[in-house]
Amino acid sequence: MSVILDAQGLTKNFGAVTAANEVSAAIEKDSVVGLIGTNGAGKTTFINIVTGYLKPDRGSIAYEGRDITRLPPRDITRLGICRSFQIPQLYGSLSVFDNMMIGIGIVLRNAGLAGYLSRRAALVPGYGEPAEAVAERILARFGLLEYRERNAQVLPGGARKLLDIALAMVARPRILLLDEPTSGVSAQEKFGIMQMVLEAVRAEGATVLFVEHDMEVVSRFAQRVLAFYDGRIIADAPPRDALAHPEVKRYVVGTRA
Amino acid sequence: MNRTEAGPDRTVVLLLASFSILAVTGPWLPQWAMFIMTIAVARGLVVLGLLLLLRAGLVSFGQALFYCLGAYSAGALGRFFGISDIFVEMLVGGAVAAATAFVLGFLLARYRGIFFGLLSLALSMILYGLLVKSEALGSTDGFNILPSTLFGIRPGAEWVRYAVLLSAAAVALVAALLVHRYLGTPLGRLAPAIKDNEIRVEYMGASARRAVHVKYVIAGALAGVGGALAATAVGHIDPEMAYWTTSGEFIFIAILAGTGNVIAPFVGALIYGAIHTLAYDLSPNTWQMSLGAALLVLIVFLPEGIWSLFNRYVRHS
Repeated sequence: MSVILDAQGLTKNFGAVTAANEVSAAIEKDSVVGLIGTNGAGKTTFINIVTGYLKPDRGSIAYEGRDITRLPPRDITRLGICRSFQIPQLYGSLSVFDNMMIGIGIVLRNAGLAGYLSRRAALVPGYGEPAEAVAERILARFGLLEYRERNAQVLPGGARKLLDIALAMVARPRILLLDEPTSGVSAQEKFGIMQMVLEAVRAEGATVLFVEHDMEVVSRFAQRVLAFYDGRIIADAPPRDALAHPEVKRYVVGTRA
Repeated sequence: MNRTEAGPDRTVVLLLASFSILAVTGPWLPQWAMFIMTIAVARGLVVLGLLLLLRAGLVSFGQALFYCLGAYSAGALGRFFGISDIFVEMLVGGAVAAATAFVLGFLLARYRGIFFGLLSLALSMILYGLLVKSEALGSTDGFNILPSTLFGIRPGAEWVRYAVLLSAAAVALVAALLVHRYLGTPLGRLAPAIKDNEIRVEYMGASARRAVHVKYVIAGALAGVGGALAATAVGHIDPEMAYWTTSGEFIFIAILAGTGNVIAPFVGALIYGAIHTLAYDLSPNTWQMSLGAALLVLIVFLPEGIWSLFNRYVRHS
């Protein structure tokens, strides 16, 4: 398989703290990669660097052969790398449906279809449907249709998480980065959420990187695991091998090697 | 947000109806009422721009900057070029203000909250300071403006106010329709999203800063047009138009009106004008107190402005 995202020697210091230390990883197209590690190990820093929120002190990231290291988040998003957040980032005063419509509006605008005259008729690029239909289709896929008119602020925790991921999916990303998609969700719901997300992603054909603390979820859904510790990647292997790695056992999983 | 239900847009119908009624009944209005209405339209234009910013969560405490620039541009046209056409005045006033807003926008679009408010206030006070010091523009006294003309024609004395009011209303109609249209576009709809969560806006591929910049320029242009209109209606301009209390008036009206609809700023400005005139008439020394009391009552009972009354009515009917 071909490499879609290639990180080389990413290093980021915050004062005396090294949040990323020579992080290198080549991510293959259409793969599902789990990022594991204790808090502060560098998982979110990695996501923040890839999505342009942080600029690395050293190193580079190539997306399909193109250097994206210094691009701002919105340009990286436009290229097809989207993310969800550990703490859902929603438009709290708007309804679930209007949250989706904001996203679709941005897609239309970025495609040059601001629709000053033909807004209602404009078909959303990549979907071939009008905006309202696209919003409903994505909401249905994530089981959020029942909350359609509910304010995002007052959604139950699981639904907030799903809406956050749904918003990341609107632009049909080629790479989707999920920062703890199942945190704050009950143990029973975790598998359901991951199942739903991966099915939606598979239908679109995207590469997925997800941060996860639950090793059961990781071994069930990830094809490959990147284990972070102290800003470094200490293991890069299929789940079974990665979780059996002595350092991973010691520093991440918490059992003695 | 706009619903895509069938049938004509209620806001557009209401705007066209209001304009038609005003055009037909205008000649029978007393002169003082025409004047109050013209000033209300001028202020309404400024507040229409403020509405765009407020929807994005930004309070500009300096719209008087553009209001005053528009007024002085209109005044300069007459003083230095002998031009007194009301439409040319409004066009130039709007253009000068928009150009200024475009330049200042590069700075202001980076700031949010109290920093945006105070920076905009500071900029308007700089203009005030400059005007006070400039002898050529009449210093603190300002200067008089040529009587308005319309396409080269000077209306008779009894028709001037009506002609100015009708021109003002026509410009306001076009401005309100355009802003209404803009609010329906993806960029226009982005306002509440910027207010709620700018990080998400960026991560969905849009530039919040650019959206704010665009809104700031539109708001500046509208304030410029309003300023030019006020100048020609009053016939005199002075640096007070850039003073921070003028900006405060616009925010007062915006709160009074609510940001629910493009018609609200004009209704709010008219009510503000009426309260102001009435309070001043009843008690010239304490009119600010009456105005303050009116605002207090409003904030307590109608936190979303007068427009929320219309919405309630529409929902029940």
